Amino acid sequence: MKAITTIPFSEMKVDMELPPLEKSPVTKEQLVLYAEASGDLNPLHTDDDFAKSIGMDGVIAHGMLIMGFLGQYVQELAGTESIVSKFNMRFGAMTKPGDAITCRGKVNTLFEIEGKPAAELELIAEKAPGKQVGTGTAVLICTNAND
Amino acid sequence: MDLDKSMIGIASEPYVAQIDPERVMKFAQAIGDDNPLYSDETYAADTAYQGITVPPTFLISLGSSAKFPLELDFRRMLHGEQEFIYHHPVRMGDTLDCTMKVTDVYDREGKSGTMQFLVLDTEMKKEDGTLAAVARNTIIYRPAPKEVRQL
Repeated sequence: MKAITTIPFSEMKVDMELPPLEKSPVTKEQLVLYAEASGDLNPLHTDDDFAKSIGMDGVIAHGMLIMGFLGQYVQELAGTESIVSKFNMRFGAMTKPGDAITCRGKVNTLFEIEGKPAAELELIAEKAPGKQVGTGTAVLICTNAND
Repeated sequence: MDLDKSMIGIASEPYVAQIDPERVMKFAQAIGDDNPLYSDETYAADTAYQGITVPPTFLISLGSSAKFPLELDFRRMLHGEQEFIYHHPVRMGDTLDCTMKVTDVYDREGKSGTMQFLVLDTEMKKEDGTLAAVARNTIIYRPAPKEVRQL
């Protein structure tokens, strides 16, 4: 099994930068697959001619595909110890085919929810260093600590 | 049509969403998310989820069949923010009873005039009535373009 981007919950510290997840460049084929899998059939994401007709250079990625990348990242960070209890994303700049998204995270706060250790993470999806396409937060609750 | 506070509380007709393992795998593959938590029973059993569950954003794919008694102009709608609140893990084969509801309407001043925001919560309940998750969609409703106003 390939190594996934994870970290033992007990090693998380406030303000700690988490290991990033680097995704392969987004492809037009991927946008078609995501459109089918998600049910979001807006042609802005799959039809270059349509995208040009409304003033774009060509198709752009679904915002929810980028949130899917952050979701992959968060679920990998949760590893076997934690569940994801809350997860949000604010959509910013567009992602186009060819853009490679890097998911980054930082520990915002460590606290407790119903007696269980919890962490709020700050998340960033960027298409180049400093070029954010979206930001978000996630709350992990550690219910299955590895002792 | 512009938005106003009286829309808060308007709900869709309830609809049912089935969690189909094949759709879950297609969704994970489209993202390139190969976490064994979505497919490997043995791996998943030892995680905090105690069994197979779905990718964190999978629930978004269940909403497209909502019948909503609001006439919104899709050309003015932008997906501003998405949130998921997970209460109980969603399992393969689950049947979820879903209802989408307007939970907030508010204004913000933006560069191109007043922007309106619409918050839509989709509650997803398991067959025994327990709340599995809430998907919260914040839509930015842009000012109507001039040519639309003239219609």
